Amino acid sequence: MNGTVGYGLVLGGLAFATFGALVGLVSGLRRSDAGFPWVLRAVWGFAACMVGSNLVMVHALVTHDFSVRYVAQVGSRATPLVYTIVSLWSALEGSILFWGLIMGGYIAVFAYIHRREHARYMQLALGTMLAVGVFFAFLIAGPANPWGAVSPVPADGPGPNPLLQNHILMVIHPPMLYLGYVGMTVPFGVAVAGLLRGEIGEAWMAPLRRWTLVAWLFLSIGIILGAWWAYAVLGWGGYWAWDPVENASFLPWLTATAFMHSTMVQERKRMLKLWTLSLALASFVLTILGTFMTRSGIFNSVHSFTQSDIGPTFLVFLGFLLVLCVGLLAVRGPLLVPEGQLASPLSREASILVNNLVFVAITFTVLLGTLYPLISEAVRGVRVSVGEPYFNKMAVPGGIAVLFLMGVGPVLPWGKPDPATLRRQFIIPSVVGLVVTAACFAVGLRGVYPLMTFGLAGFVTVITVRELLAPVRVRMSERKEGFVAALTTSALKAQRRFGGYVVHLGIVLIIVAVAASSAYVKHTSGTLKKGQVIELGGYQMKYLGLVSGEEPHRTYVAARIEVTSPGGKVSELKPRLNYYERSTDPIGTPGVRETPAEDLYVSLMAFSEQAGTASINIWVFPLVGWIWWSIPLLVLGTLIALWPRRKTAVAMAGAPTVGASPLTGGDAERGAA
Amino acid sequence: MSPVARNRLIALGALLVAGAGLGFVAFGNIGENLVYYWSPSEMLGQGDKAYSATIRLGGVVEAGSIQWNAEHTTLQFRVADDVKEGAPSVLVRATETPPQMFRDKIGVVVEGTYDKSGVFSSNRLMVNHSNEYRAPKEGEDPRQWQETLSDATAMGAK
Repeated sequence: MNGTVGYGLVLGGLAFATFGALVGLVSGLRRSDAGFPWVLRAVWGFAACMVGSNLVMVHALVTHDFSVRYVAQVGSRATPLVYTIVSLWSALEGSILFWGLIMGGYIAVFAYIHRREHARYMQLALGTMLAVGVFFAFLIAGPANPWGAVSPVPADGPGPNPLLQNHILMVIHPPMLYLGYVGMTVPFGVAVAGLLRGEIGEAWMAPLRRWTLVAWLFLSIGIILGAWWAYAVLGWGGYWAWDPVENASFLPWLTATAFMHSTMVQERKRMLKLWTLSLALASFVLTILGTFMTRSGIFNSVHSFTQSDIGPTFLVFLGFLLVLCVGLLAVRGPLLVPEGQLASPLSREASILVNNLVFVAITFTVLLGTLYPLISEAVRGVRVSVGEPYFNKMAVPGGIAVLFLMGVGPVLPWGKPDPATLRRQFIIPSVVGLVVTAACFAVGLRGVYPLMTFGLAGFVTVITVRELLAPVRVRMSERKEGFVAALTTSALKAQRRFGGYVVHLGIVLIIVAVAASSAYVKHTSGTLKKGQVIELGGYQMKYLGLVSGEEPHRTYVAARIEVTSPGGKVSELKPRLNYYERSTDPIGTPGVRETPAEDLYVSLMAFSEQAGTASINIWVFPLVGWIWWSIPLLVLGTLIALWPRRKTAVAMAGAPTVGASPLTGGDAERGAA
Repeated sequence: MSPVARNRLIALGALLVAGAGLGFVAFGNIGENLVYYWSPSEMLGQGDKAYSATIRLGGVVEAGSIQWNAEHTTLQFRVADDVKEGAPSVLVRATETPPQMFRDKIGVVVEGTYDKSGVFSSNRLMVNHSNEYRAPKEGEDPRQWQETLSDATAMGAK
């Protein structure tokens, strides 16, 4: 029953998407508005079918309906309820189904918010998004169908992959990442619509920017939570390994970040139009490439669920997308003529251009390193992987360049700068940067890259905070406003600028944390007898013995480690190995003592009850927690930037007069600066 | 030529040069940091090429070959192509504690280098987690470890 209804809904979604895509694209290209109401109906239909199908699957999972193939594959009566629901995305077929749900949701929300805007653009945009929906609905209906019947019906199933039910982060990380991935469909639709029309008005750039920002935020959170999960669950003592699947999520993030910056140049200076659109298209294509890499099992990785036959379907779609994007850019690109010119190499627009080149260069090198093994195996038949040193060597200078530009960019004015003012503005931040570097050196930190990073971080922080507070100070002194009132008003007057700088602070936090935790990590390992002590970085760890215990879905063995911190505080860590009933391999959970300054990270490798020993791996990671704690800053900054302004909303609804809105916004920003 | 066109030409040229430079550096770097995936027989068949490369050697632990010294954390075992007796194998030395699952006949991947004395020095040892779950085979009791452990806990209890 569940199977039939669920599959029927998928087919319904496929039909709605196909119908809406055809009507939207045909009607839009013929410059008629007639199809718009039908496209909207198709959107509601598609979204409803996807929501329905997912609800049926959740119902099947919760009621343990093992006649449904997917439930038989990942369900188990022993699994706790929350992980049973989460197992919706714990294997390939379910995750694609969930993907469909998010896609339906995104398209519906986009259609609802912009339903009163230029019907022709909207038809093309929704038509394009629904065309992507056709592809995913087809995947669910065919190659990755979770709804197949199982006969005879088994009494119980194996439960989801233990790695995925080992930590609560697994409940949040995948949805965030999917929201980021799928979210790129919306800007893709908007950009394709603009290219098909051969013009991108200012009114059409705003949704492009905002929706990319939405997807960007989710993608950022997804990536960081993924790193956190790897750190907290996998127990190999790290959070990022340049695994193909990690790279897959990083690539669209890079191009989307570049997009968000180039869009400012496009807005202010009417330049880089084609380039900006290319970045929007590239971000989407890279998410599809990422999905392909994650889901086709082409890479051997923790994330690739299984060998599957969705690979070829994805390859065809990828090829089609590439041809479509290149073709559209080639045919329609010349219509997007730049109206401005680069006035000076020391202008804001020039710094953003350099920022874009750096981001694209990082994207290129990461993409090359990720795909190289595939190319090598396909062309020469040699199985290789590209080692982490390659990525580090290429990405570290890139990251430092990005950091530098984050400091320089905000100081440089649009257009032509005044050299004297510039010099004056750079003095204090540069001094602070040098002092930070000197201080780090004085306390014994070494290494060119980390010291450069810390110095630049100081430089950027001073500039960013100054840029954030300058308008606040002006308001406080001229209008006698209180600090909070002045802060709120200036944030509201220049939301995107303000939000952007808050996000910059979050990124500085991440870069500093990554530099410190990778450059100054300490590591040791040992096999301890009961009562034996091992030392690392001022911590003393005494092995007290083994304990075991039982939880509903697993049993565990933990080593009791008494930790004496350098400050003399005593606490206990219990790194453990978890045993799941249906899996013979134990899954570890490291014990972590978190402080703002550093984490002590202990993972249990092996134990022997006869000898009474435990083998543990120990790491001390400076500042590593800052990576995850940057998330609130990223969310806050993005929310400030996205917070709806009534003025903008009104202006956008009245299509032709839209030019006024960004202009007034711009004036306010300039005034504030 | 108009100034705009000339500027564009210069910009395009600069981009091409930068792109070519980046490509050159990237490819060179990749070449230096390649890790080869070989089985023992594949690695032995490479001749001298095997001596300078970073290798991920994949195979199974030869039955009865594990020598583990917990005191000095030295581990020595042979990785073979497969579980059949007489399959080509390579001696591996590691200086880390083997993970809990490490045992005879289990799939392993070791990363490291191979030298002319015929020893593979590993700096990373990974046990092949079976990607797919399977029910325990017959004769294999998943609760076995637990029984042995309750003894350990009893000993650990003060």
